[in-house]
Parts: sequence; C-alpha cells; structure tokens
Amino acid sequence: MRNITAHAASAAAHPAGADVAVEVRGVCKMYSEVEALRSIDLDFPAGKLTTLLGPSGCGKTTLLKIIAGLIPATSGEIRVNGKTVTGPGPERAFVFQDFALMPWATVMRNVAFGLELKGMGKDERQSIAARYINEVGLAGFENKYPHELSGGMRQRVGLARAFAVNADVLLLDEPFSAVDEQNRRKFQEDLLRLVALEKKTFIFVTHSIEEAVYCSDRIVILSRRPGRIAQIIEPEIDRSASPDAIRRDQGYLDTVEEIWQGLKRYVD
Amino acid sequence: MAVPAHVNGPSRTVPGTEASSFWRKLSEHRSALWRIASIGLFFLIWEIAGRIPISFAFPTFLETLRAFVTMTLDGSFVAAYAETLQPLVIGIAISTVIGIALGIVMGLSRFAEWLAAPVFIVLQAAPMAALIPLITFVYGIGLLAKTLAVIMLALPVIVLNGYKAVRNANPSLVAMCYSFQGNLWQRITKIIIPDASPVIFAGLRLGLAAGFIGVILAELLITPTGIGDLITYHRSVANYAEMYAAVVSIILVSTLTLAALEAFELRVLRPEKRRS
Amino acid sequence: MTLFGYRVPMMASLLVWCVIWELVGQSGAMFLIPPLSDVLVAAVALVQTGTWQAAAVTTLNSFLIGMFFAILVGIILGVLMGRFQAVDNLLGIWVNIFVSAPLSALVPVLMILFGMGETTVVVTVFLFAVWIIVLDTRAGIQGVPNSLIEMGRSYGASPLALYGKIILLAALPEILAGIRLGVVRGVKGVVIGQLLVSILGYGELFELYSRNFDMENFWALTIILFAAAMGLSALIENIEKRVDYYAGVR
Repeated sequence: MRNITAHAASAAAHPAGADVAVEVRGVCKMYSEVEALRSIDLDFPAGKLTTLLGPSGCGKTTLLKIIAGLIPATSGEIRVNGKTVTGPGPERAFVFQDFALMPWATVMRNVAFGLELKGMGKDERQSIAARYINEVGLAGFENKYPHELSGGMRQRVGLARAFAVNADVLLLDEPFSAVDEQNRRKFQEDLLRLVALEKKTFIFVTHSIEEAVYCSDRIVILSRRPGRIAQIIEPEIDRSASPDAIRRDQGYLDTVEEIWQGLKRYVD
Repeated sequence: MAVPAHVNGPSRTVPGTEASSFWRKLSEHRSALWRIASIGLFFLIWEIAGRIPISFAFPTFLETLRAFVTMTLDGSFVAAYAETLQPLVIGIAISTVIGIALGIVMGLSRFAEWLAAPVFIVLQAAPMAALIPLITFVYGIGLLAKTLAVIMLALPVIVLNGYKAVRNANPSLVAMCYSFQGNLWQRITKIIIPDASPVIFAGLRLGLAAGFIGVILAELLITPTGIGDLITYHRSVANYAEMYAAVVSIILVSTLTLAALEAFELRVLRPEKRRS
Repeated sequence: MTLFGYRVPMMASLLVWCVIWELVGQSGAMFLIPPLSDVLVAAVALVQTGTWQAAAVTTLNSFLIGMFFAILVGIILGVLMGRFQAVDNLLGIWVNIFVSAPLSALVPVLMILFGMGETTVVVTVFLFAVWIIVLDTRAGIQGVPNSLIEMGRSYGASPLALYGKIILLAALPEILAGIRLGVVRGVKGVVIGQLLVSILGYGELFELYSRNFDMENFWALTIILFAAAMGLSALIENIEKRVDYYAGVR
C-alpha cells in the first residue's frame, strides 16, 4: 500500500510517466453560497480504476458530474485525452446511481440507447448491445422490461449501456448503493473482471470503504465540505488472488482500517 | 422496490382436491365477483326503492331496464349518440392537440409557463359552466357552440396535466439522455414525452370526463338535441323510465369510454404496468 | 420567471392578460368583451344591489350545506373503505364511476325528485364534491404506515384514540387535498345546478344578464365567481401547506 498524505498530495496527484486520461485542474464549485469543491487538482491514469471516496456531502458526486460535463464547474477546467470538457462527450459514459433506465423500454433498447441517440441503424446497434448484454451476464433478458429485473440486474443494464457506446472513460456514480449487499459483492467481482477485459479508464464514486479498497487501483479521499483532496492511497493488493482471498488479505484489511481511521473524524 | 409476493395477498397453499380447486378459482376471480355483487346489490336497492315508491318520479330498475332495451333497439339511442358524440369527439380532439402542444411548450419554457400557467390554473379551478349561456348567444345553437362548450371544460385540465408532466419529467433520465449527447429534439421525443405520457393520459381522461359534462350541459341548456334532448323530452312527458334510461346510458357510455382509454394506455404505452 | 434579475411572481402574468382584455375591450372588436375597467365598475355597483346580495346568499347557502354533507359523508365513507376490505369491494366501483361520470346529466333527475328549488342545488353540490373526497380519504387512510398503527396498539391506544389521534391525523394531508378538489368541484356543481334550475341565485342572474346582452354585469358576475372559487381553493391550499411538514417525514 502506498500512502500519499495530504501535504504531499498535490505532487503525487500527477503520477509521473503513466498515461493520463483525465486531468482536473483547479476545479472549484459553488452552489450559490455553499462551497462544494475547493481547488481540486487531480490526474486519473489511463486504464486504471480510480475511486473518489469521502463522507456524504463531500462533493464526490459533484466532481464526477463535472468531469462528465453534466454540471459546469465554477472555475477550473477538465481535460479528457488533452481536450477541454465543455459538456458530455462520446469519450465518456456515465453510470447513474438510480440506474436511469427508461421504464417503457426493453433491456435491449435501454442498452442500445446511447447508440440510438447517435443515429446508428437498428440492426447494428442491437448487435453491439447484444454483445454487452451478454458480457454483463444478462443474456436471455433482452426483451424484459426494467421493472421485471432486480436492482442488481438493472444496474448491469446501466453498465452495459455505458460499455456499448465504447467510451474511453467510464464514470460510475455510486453504482451499487441501490443494490443489496449480496448482489453487490457479486457485482463488484464482475466489475473487476470487466475492468481487466475492457482496458478502459474507470472513475468510481462510493461511500463504502471496503468497496473502494476491493475495487480500486487508486483511492482519492476527499474531505468534508468544502471538498478537498485529503489523501491518495494506492492499495497494493494481488488482484490475481481469488475474490475471497482478497477480502481476507492482510494488506486489504490494513488499508480499510487506515482509511477508516482517517475518515472517522468526519462522521458526526 | 421488489416487494415479496406474499405481501400483496394471501398465498395459502390449498390441497388439490376438487372442492378446493373450485374455491381457488373463485378466489382468483374474487374482485370480479365483488364487482358483480356490488352492481347487483345496487340494482336490488334501486328496484326496492322504485317499488315502495319513494317518489312518483322514481321508476323501478326493471322498468328502466325495459326502457333502456327498447330505446337501444328502436334506434333512439343510436340517433341521439350520433348527435351527442360528434361535438364531443371534435372538441376533445382539438383540446388534445392544443393541450398537449401547449403543455409541452409551457413545461419547457419558463416564459411560456409564466405567461400561460396562471390563466389555465384559474380556468381549471373556476366554474367555466357559467360561460355556457354566453356562447349560445354568440355561436347559436349548432355544432360549433356545443364543441366550444366541450373545449372550454376539457382544455384547461389537459393543458395543466401536460405542463406538469413535462416540467416534472424524471431529471435522472433527462441527465442520462444529455450525458449520451442526445440533442434537444431527442430529449423531448425520446425521454420527456414518453416519461410524461402517463400524466398526459390522466389529463386526457379528466378532460374527457369534463367534456362529457360540457356536452350534456350544452344539450340541456342550449340546444335540445342528442342525449340531452332525450332526457328533457321524456321528462316533459313524464316518461320517467325512459328519462332514467337515457341518464344511465350517458353515465355508462362515459364510464366505458374512460375505461377503454385507460386500457389502451396500459396495453400500448406502459409495459411496466402490464405484468406486475 | 426572472426579468432583469428580479423574480417576477407567477400570478403577475394575469395582469398582462388583464391589460390585453382592456385593450380588446376598448377597441370594441368584440361586443361580447367590454373593457375590463367597465366590468370592474359594474362589479362594484353590482355588489351593492339587493339582487346580487340575495343571489350570493342563496348560492353560498346551497354551497355550504352541500359541502358540509359532502365532507362529512366523504370522510366517513373514505375511512370505512380504507380500513375495511369488504366496504372497499362493495363501494369501490361506484365511487370510481361517479367520480368521473357526467353528473350534469343527473341534475334533471334531481329536479323532478327534489323540486325546482334549493334542495336540488344542495344535492348537486353534494354529488359533485363527495366522490373525490371519498377517494382521497381512502388513499390517505391506506397510506398510513402499518408501523404507526402497530405502535398505537402496542402502547394501548383505544380504538377511538387510534382513529382520532393516529389514523385520521396521519391521513390529514390527503384528506385536505380531497377537500380542496371537492370544493373546486362543489363550486362547479352549485353553478351547474343553478344554471339548470335557472330560477335561483347566481344561475338566475347569469340567465338574466346573458339574455339581455348586459355584458358588463355578466362579466362582473363571472369575475366575482371566479375570484371566490380561487380564493376558496387558495385558502384550503394554505391549510394544506401547514400540515405538509409532517407529510414529508412520514
């Protein structure tokens, strides 16, 4: 485990050498009088899964939505693959906390929706969507409607939709928070398999310490409002081990404990 | 979210004997049975009240039923409804088109909302029926006056529902469409309108119900035509059974129309409500 | 809407429409629409006449009696339907039919049953208002969380206290919403009833003015009526907002 403490954070926030997919430069966000984010400087290495972790109300979802281009920053800028972000773009895809599935559309149409908006023909987009439906483990559910699926399955649809547009960067906003505990564990394991398979950059927001340590290559811990970078941790866990071995791994447990000690003071 | 099945109803397992399978079938159709019992009871009370009789002008259920069948067979209902439904259909069609278009514009534009919403809020809460005598004196007693009466009563609620539905379209779905770079037109046609359609449809049902009130009122107040004429005429010659049959028929027609609209909505537009 | 950085209140747009009305009236393009200023002058004169006052008293009287019974019966039926499955099964279909049925067709029947007088109008108001109150009360009662009722039972609440202190209060937001919608329908009912009976209160005046093409007085009457309807609805909405705070927590 590599632990980069707050005062050294700004230097190490820009990892030398590694390919950088997303750069956050001096981002501040004000909601009328409330300061949500204060001068965030951060690089997200390409091909890795970086987690934004912090107490509720620390602005982690706000930061993710600014990166997505869904809400504007008050000041500062975001660059993705060197290009400044002004709004949503084809190189980024968002996975929503509440799934944001269209209840009137089948799984197939929901997954293909990003492609439908791009104006792709029906046969082409359905064959792409079918591949990702299969990949997230929903084969056979193509013609079901969201209300016929469990919470975990619905979020798999959301994930497949994000994969289908073939973006470089996937932004996941607390994707498992509305999924029950057991499904969540299974889903986390599947996500890791997909991360290894898809070679994309993942930015992941969560408030679960275990989830962050289990899934991430890199954990960025934000302080309570106004959100600032408090700590960056790179858990060095052997990913080749079985999921159950990882959860019993001493490094895993130590990292969870270390983060908890740091976050404890923010809990009321 | 996912409610365990047993919460919704008793899931007692019944041994598979002949008698219990009868009871199981019965309980499957329980709501339909209750409905039939409820209707039967109502007619029974009506029949008894008519036989006492509670008023010289209160026919029994069977007399009314006989009149209803006679009027259905001799074509007087057909002729009356041909006249009554015409302004209703035209008026509702016009109100639907204007109402949904206006509702969507008001839902999307703050200025249109500011300008038009208060007017329709007033018109919906106010007794528009008071204006019906006025249209008689301007537009005469023809189809136009009756159509206007329907529009006056039906339009406000259709507009307001359309507007509220669009304004409250699920923000998460709108953000999703935006994040996948959907343009404004795609956002309106692929997300906002489908998402708003249940509330728009509820507005249509309310508008249709108001339209029925309007057309009947116009026929009673303005022009003795259609079903309103049947009611007025049979009342004036003291054919109370026929008069009651006409009143029952219009309530029946409006109820069946509304039920058909709802069934259409469920079948065509709302897959998530179909097999729940 | 905001204009030059100021929030312009929603209802302010009605002033714009008033100005348009005045302009159309002044232009004399439509003889049906006299200038708003003339209408307002007529309204001030109208409310001082004995005819109007008598009509207003008659109308208000029918409305209040009809509403009183609609609220009373509506809440009782709604509570019974919400608490007892059998009552719900028996009455549900009829309430749902009558809540959206064209009740204006029933008024001629009421006229022969109750005579061409105030009773008919009272019954019309009742029939227009009661069903929506039943439906909303029923929905409110069914929405009372079971845990709240079990809490009452476990602390030994008597049936009376259970209804008076828990169930009715918990369902109050829905009941009030039902009463507000019922009032709106009741106002429509009183007008429709009086128009059809046409020798009573406001209905008689409407008939009189529209037959004589006395547009100033006709519109004055309409404005007063609309304002009263809006005022009543706003009043109940205000009460609703006061109980809203706990509806959200529930």
